[in-house]
Amino acid sequence: MDAATITSWMREIETSVRAERDHLVQLDAAIGDADHGINMNRGFEAVVQALNADAGSPPGRLLIIAGRTLVSTVGGASGPLWGSALRAGGRVLGDQTTFEAAQLAEVLAAALASVKDLGTAALGDKTMVDALEPAVETLKAQIADAVPLPKAVEAAAEAAEAGMRGTIPLQARKGRASYLGERSVGHQDPGATSTALIIRALQRAVSSEP
Amino acid sequence: MAVETHQMRKFLNDPAAVVKESLAGLAAAHSDLLRYDVENQIVVRKDAPKKGKVALISGGGSGHEPMHGGFVGLGMLDAACPGEVFTSPVPGQMLAATKAVDGGAGVIHIVKNYTGDVLNFKLAAEDAADEGIKVTSVVIDDDVAVQDSLYTAGRRGVGATVLAEKIAGAAAEAGGDLARVTDIVKRVNERSRSFGVALSSCVPPASGKAIFELPEGQIELGVGIHGEPGRRRAPLGLASEVVDVMVEAVISDLKPKHGSKVLAFVNGMGGTPLLELYLVYGEVDRKLRKAGVEPVRNLVGSYITSLEMAGASLTLLELDDELISLWDARVHTAALRWGV
Repeated sequence: MDAATITSWMREIETSVRAERDHLVQLDAAIGDADHGINMNRGFEAVVQALNADAGSPPGRLLIIAGRTLVSTVGGASGPLWGSALRAGGRVLGDQTTFEAAQLAEVLAAALASVKDLGTAALGDKTMVDALEPAVETLKAQIADAVPLPKAVEAAAEAAEAGMRGTIPLQARKGRASYLGERSVGHQDPGATSTALIIRALQRAVSSEP
Repeated sequence: MAVETHQMRKFLNDPAAVVKESLAGLAAAHSDLLRYDVENQIVVRKDAPKKGKVALISGGGSGHEPMHGGFVGLGMLDAACPGEVFTSPVPGQMLAATKAVDGGAGVIHIVKNYTGDVLNFKLAAEDAADEGIKVTSVVIDDDVAVQDSLYTAGRRGVGATVLAEKIAGAAAEAGGDLARVTDIVKRVNERSRSFGVALSSCVPPASGKAIFELPEGQIELGVGIHGEPGRRRAPLGLASEVVDVMVEAVISDLKPKHGSKVLAFVNGMGGTPLLELYLVYGEVDRKLRKAGVEPVRNLVGSYITSLEMAGASLTLLELDDELISLWDARVHTAALRWGV
């Protein structure tokens, strides 16, 4: 994998978030203030533009640029959280021009650690962590078992999607949804939903590699 | 259940440009008080930086006007950082604002307790520290509707934000140092409690749809300012009954001493007319006096809104002589002006 993988991943996210924008808004209207889809769409459009302008950089650098762009465009809690996540992931790769499956797992693990550190959410709080943590744990386990990369990332994407659906019965303990108390139960978390989209986009980016 | 359908009827050109166009209008209307820095997306006091004065900045999503741009000026904020509607501003805005207002005596960030605001301001404060500017941050969390516990994101910052900006703004204008003015912000926060009620939802321009639907005859209790649903629903009764709930919620948490002097702030959410806000204030006044609490100061009007949400919030601030004197001190901003 290399810089092109990252660029492809970010493009896949942008496409996906744009297509699901209204769905994310709707989820965020039920237990929030209806802006999640709009914010993520704006952020990833800016990321794609920023990466187009920086085509020659190594993959780690591209992730850092993407993270910084998200911080400066998304707003809300998602900007700092995803921004820090991608920057932490990017730092794992340093100046390398290529990276292997094991490092992809490290990138995602660093992203997760950053999110949990900044946002202080834990599994079960009904947040993006409920999709991201299962994805990261699955990817790590699969790669440790020498499962071929495309299958490993597919499993991670499925884990993220299962985690996303798993937020439905939870009561929110973080973020705006937590103000609703019990009324947040029965609604899928928008942050977990966009996270599942992001991991599924990674799966598409990795699987389309020759 | 009757469901309202909303066709968005607003004064808009391109919905994506609503914040920028509104800020340009604010600056045109109040060019004697403030300027709108389009590139950095901030509203700055015209005579900033004031050398030797502690500066105050705040910010948050747009859609709460006049908060915070309408509070920029003498005796209140030095700068405001407006995000997209209901979306926290980004760290670059707060860093630019901090640099624009820094008069060498330090800068205070007044941060409403929402995860997005807290995180973005946190990143900005780190950036400012990297540039050698002394910044203190105070989080406002006066809303009693949410239990502050391990199981929530903590209490929201609502009406007390306005009171803190005015009162601490006066302390800064009078030459208070960073420690003193920061302490005043904290004191106002600690002595304030708020509770809001919605009679309708609101329609953010970018989505074009009401955030939630309130069935016929129902109100939302314990609402915030972002159009999100509240803690629970209740039947719409008489104003007297609704105000009972609000006063009870605030007083039972604030626990003011008998004979306490308070500032009673009846705030409109944007869609409720003054006719009703004053009616509500009359109820509040009666009930407070009956509870042995004296409203010696007040503020009635739409100061921290949620677009066109119909509704009102009550904030009570337990006063002392110093806070009274700072409240009475002159202020000249788009939204509040007295003594000048």
